[in-house]
Amino acid sequence: MTNMHRDFTKVGLNDDEEELLDILEERRRSSDLSFAFRTFSPQPYKAAPPCSTVELNRVVSESQFLRYVTKEVAVEKQLSVEEVQQEARGILGEMSQNLQLGFIRLMAYIFNKVFKRLYSAIFVNMEGLNRLHHATQENPVILMPNHRSYMDFLVISYILFIHDIPIPVIAAGIPLAGMKIVGEILRRSGAFFIRRAIGSDKLYWAVLSEYVRTLVRKGFAPLEFFVEGFRSRTLKSLSPKLGMMHMVLEPFFKGEVFDITLLPISISYDRVLEESLLAHELLGVPKPKESTMGLLKASRVLSEKYGSMHVNFGRPLSVRQLCEGRINRYQYNLTPRDLPEKSTAEAQACASWLAHLVVRKQEEGSQISPWSLMCGLLLQVPTRVLTEEGLPWHQLTEKTLWLRKLALDFGARLNWPDGVPDSDVMSSSAELHRSIVQRKAGCVFLVQEDEPSRKYPGSPEEGMMRTAAAALMLASYRNQCLHVFVRPALVATAIHITKCTQRDELFAFFSFLQDVFSHEFIFIPGESLQDFEEACSLLKKCGAVHISQQEVTVAQGGMEVLSFLQELLKPFIDSYQKKPQQKLFLLLNSNLFISQHFKKHNFNLSFFLYSLFVSNKTHITKKSTTQFQTDVLGMKKKRMLGCAKRKCNTIYPIP
Amino acid sequence: MASNSCGGGSDRQMAAQHRLSVIAGHLQRPSGSNTAVLAVDCKGQGSKPFVSSEKRTVPRRRQEIMKWNGWGYSDSKFVYNKKGQAEFTGKRYKLSGMIIPGLKDWMENTFGATLQHKAAATPALNSSAVPPPTLNEAFVEELKSTGVPFSADAEDRVFRAHGHCLHEIFALREGKIGRVPDMVVWPNCHSDVVKIVELACKHNVCLIPYGGGTSVSSALECPPEETRSIISLDTSQMNRILWIDEKNLTAHIEAGIIGQDLENLLNESGYCTGHEPDSMEFSSLGGWVATRASGMKKNIYGNIEDLVIRIKMVTPQGVIEKSCQGPRMSTGPDIHHFIMGSEGTLGVITEVTMKIRPVPEYQKYGSVVFPNFEQGVACLREVARQRCAPASIRLMDNEQFKFGHALKPQVSSIFTSFLDGLKKFYITKFKGFDPNRLCVATLLFEGNREKVLQHEKQVYDIAAKFGGLAAGEDNGQRGYMLTFVIAYLRDLGMDYFVIGESFETSVPWDRVLDICRNVKARIIHECKDKGVQFPPLSTCRVTQTYDAGACVYFYFAFNYRGLSDPVHVYEQVEHAAREEILANGGSLSHHHGVGKLRKEWMRETVSSVGMGMLQSVKDYVDPNNIFGSRNLL
Repeated sequence: MTNMHRDFTKVGLNDDEEELLDILEERRRSSDLSFAFRTFSPQPYKAAPPCSTVELNRVVSESQFLRYVTKEVAVEKQLSVEEVQQEARGILGEMSQNLQLGFIRLMAYIFNKVFKRLYSAIFVNMEGLNRLHHATQENPVILMPNHRSYMDFLVISYILFIHDIPIPVIAAGIPLAGMKIVGEILRRSGAFFIRRAIGSDKLYWAVLSEYVRTLVRKGFAPLEFFVEGFRSRTLKSLSPKLGMMHMVLEPFFKGEVFDITLLPISISYDRVLEESLLAHELLGVPKPKESTMGLLKASRVLSEKYGSMHVNFGRPLSVRQLCEGRINRYQYNLTPRDLPEKSTAEAQACASWLAHLVVRKQEEGSQISPWSLMCGLLLQVPTRVLTEEGLPWHQLTEKTLWLRKLALDFGARLNWPDGVPDSDVMSSSAELHRSIVQRKAGCVFLVQEDEPSRKYPGSPEEGMMRTAAAALMLASYRNQCLHVFVRPALVATAIHITKCTQRDELFAFFSFLQDVFSHEFIFIPGESLQDFEEACSLLKKCGAVHISQQEVTVAQGGMEVLSFLQELLKPFIDSYQKKPQQKLFLLLNSNLFISQHFKKHNFNLSFFLYSLFVSNKTHITKKSTTQFQTDVLGMKKKRMLGCAKRKCNTIYPIP
Repeated sequence: MASNSCGGGSDRQMAAQHRLSVIAGHLQRPSGSNTAVLAVDCKGQGSKPFVSSEKRTVPRRRQEIMKWNGWGYSDSKFVYNKKGQAEFTGKRYKLSGMIIPGLKDWMENTFGATLQHKAAATPALNSSAVPPPTLNEAFVEELKSTGVPFSADAEDRVFRAHGHCLHEIFALREGKIGRVPDMVVWPNCHSDVVKIVELACKHNVCLIPYGGGTSVSSALECPPEETRSIISLDTSQMNRILWIDEKNLTAHIEAGIIGQDLENLLNESGYCTGHEPDSMEFSSLGGWVATRASGMKKNIYGNIEDLVIRIKMVTPQGVIEKSCQGPRMSTGPDIHHFIMGSEGTLGVITEVTMKIRPVPEYQKYGSVVFPNFEQGVACLREVARQRCAPASIRLMDNEQFKFGHALKPQVSSIFTSFLDGLKKFYITKFKGFDPNRLCVATLLFEGNREKVLQHEKQVYDIAAKFGGLAAGEDNGQRGYMLTFVIAYLRDLGMDYFVIGESFETSVPWDRVLDICRNVKARIIHECKDKGVQFPPLSTCRVTQTYDAGACVYFYFAFNYRGLSDPVHVYEQVEHAAREEILANGGSLSHHHGVGKLRKEWMRETVSSVGMGMLQSVKDYVDPNNIFGSRNLL
């Protein structure tokens, strides 16, 4: 059973070569206005007719579940039931979407304009759209895109509008609702808004979960949400958030719908709109508050080019099929299904497994750009070379082509155009990212930020600070392709560290590493063995290792691949080891580190972050290290890190 | 499966005609058969039975009037006539002799079953295919001395080796005969049964009681692993009403009587039991008790457990019965509840005292059309909440509504067809009902005229709140007709590569919609999964309402052309559907029973301790497993 989705994957990889269609091409040939007014006639959902916003909200607020919770809350807070009901209605009002076709048209008109300017193409796999088209008629569909850019937010609606597929209702963060006018436009384009820190607000949880469940039960419109929770600042997949996932699945667990279709969507950008914003956020510049003014000011980004966007609609996943043997639906038979009860461990585990699976599918479906491969290589070059001497272009080309082959061997989807000379592909990639690297005299250099007026000689740290943003962006773009290599890289690391060839032992270390990095990379819980087998066979496929019944041995000439992979993972390994200064690298690339934490700790950090990032040789003052430790390791995750470290050092002392 | 043919006053004539034909049948019957020993007077009977026992539907040799490999009477079946129109033969039913013009198209459109593809059944039973009987000579010798008739004739034995599960009928049509009873005995009365059971214990032979043979739970199947001689104990000749107590409104009846005979005989005295399971044409009183049967009109009369006052059952340990006829007792767990639902594993039910009621003064059918199934269920729920359910209220889903429509007999007058067209126009165009969503509830009211009319108004008022439109008596009556012809239709289907069956469950109100949707969808998915080439018919109806839930019936059929082992596919799908039912909070069975078909789920249904309780009763009552049908446990 566990292997079912994997077999699927294999099939997916084989007929991977789905035709991609640039949906902008046709748009460029027709008028934006007539496009916005096109007839929109989606096939309706078979099981039930559409349901108006008013009706939807009525069903939610009159639900038995909310009635139970309202009573409970009234008793707890010593309020009257009416007061609590009033509050619940308020929450619902703040939350609920108000999807109107008119606004979808408006949105489509604006997007048409914007997209045509920003992107050279938006590639969509039409097969995927067709599958979605059928799925929306059969079962409630949950659209689950990855989240890398604000652009993700409505692009799906835009594509579905073009292809006559019901417009989704989208879960969005409440800050967006606060934007003047824009908030309302979003709401009418199908967004519903969720508060960020809900904590233990029982009533809010109740309204939200009932709202989501009702949407799923009604099923007339797809529900779209970002399972990663928020935009990934590092462009690496984030560990999925499970609250929403569980709400979505509950109607199936309780038999209120026959099945639910999960649809992983991978949106890949050649160049992310907010790249520098993200880098600066990572360096401690607070995220600007979402505001309409901010949006207007940001319009200067429109003047730049961002390459192409790929939207890959994955294969529909049947929750019913996937949950077989994982969830015992009988458990809901003996109590009223709308009784507010804590979900069982089994249900939670199932939600977590599914959520991880979806993120993996998103990773598998994403298009890796040549640029991402180049970044992976550039980061393995000593920083000094990139800032001072420059890396010879031909060297980079050679290595990139080598890496391209490896990536293809590992089953990656590469966005490497056919029929264009490889050197041109790479040059145009570098050109697109000229804010990060530049070519001078046949060499590649990291871009340095404009120097502040220099009255006195700057300290070496300051010098580094100037390339910080660019270096961070390199790391982020490298992260885009990390998922392709991470499993084999773990094996490579295991081989390197244990100096052992026994399969069992390698596997033990492999799963230990997976455990340590479980917040760093996406590993589907409980599938270590499959991951290990898969990684080994990939390594074998590219000729790096020999596999026998008991042993995994390094093949002749396999070191090149293995050491590259090891090197790829090294920063992460280092950061989890003792040396405190190396932890910072982890933080820069880590999912553990999110902007909220930075807001609190930003001022003293920027400097250290960068200096530590750049190289191990950098000297750090004692004071700064301590400062860092108190600032950063004081965070919630400290315990976890310490724990992982201890484990690492005690079980497998790393030399 | 099939319901009574004589519902309202309009059917009286037909019932009378029917009785005449039965009597005629009896007269023509050859007196005794080659192997059967003639019945001797039942000494235990003492006085003459209250009602004459001459007019009975089922003869000892069932093959004289019934099909050997299909449902019901040999003379009644659906056929395609020379013009390619469907027709129902015979004279027994209202539909008999009528042309059903819509059926052929419906069969084609629903199943892709065309006239060109015919799956002919083995025409006659080949006696040489029947394994020779393993007789226990000592038992046979002693049995002869009691004078109870018996037979080891192949036909007699094959007739009692099956119920009406799909796999049973399908095998017969293919001419495949498995393990069958080695002998059939026909006791005439309670004391005959006592003798037979004593002998069976003495000689260690296996007894399987046989009533009407309408089981759909594999309960009559002979366990293949049984090595002893298997005796089928056919109760059909124990069919007298022994007395009627008009002061207490009870009747004492031999358990072998079949439903229609019981109703007809009681009617003659102005009474009825009101117990009308869909199979009442053929199923027996003893069978009802042994399976916890439910009748269509249970809202007025109750289910079998509400109707029974006293039961007499012969077990290997002796006779079990209560000492009085008190209407309710607080004397520990009710021993009747060990008997009801025992499915022939503990003994033979021989006599039953049950409640009777005066024949209702007035009967009226009705129907309501709802815009969709959801509204219909909501209406039924409200009717149950207000506890004002009529004698019967059933809600058919859209597919079944269309099915019912396809069974409309040819209308003779242009006026009627014009009227039908007008009705359709009103409902779909004027009222905006989607013909692919609307569904219909059929109603049956009974009682005194004034109260019926009042009751009718109350129910229609509730229906109106849920968007229901009254749709006339005809539609209602046709709905009930469907229940008894459906089993005949299955035989027609099998002639053209369509196999199917119905199964049922009971479920709390809040899950009715979910279970209907999920089970229907599961069936469709499983069929696709298992390689069924044509879309299946997967439909349901809510057939009974209770305070806390409802009984739901599923019909499921598909065209098996292109499948190498259709019965296996069918069984896999039914199995999956049952799993789905259980996962959605439905029960293992509402009234069909467990038999051997659903045994695997018994433990999780009643818990291990519950199984232990039942097993310990079995161990005490029948330690040598004389009643070795291996049902239930």
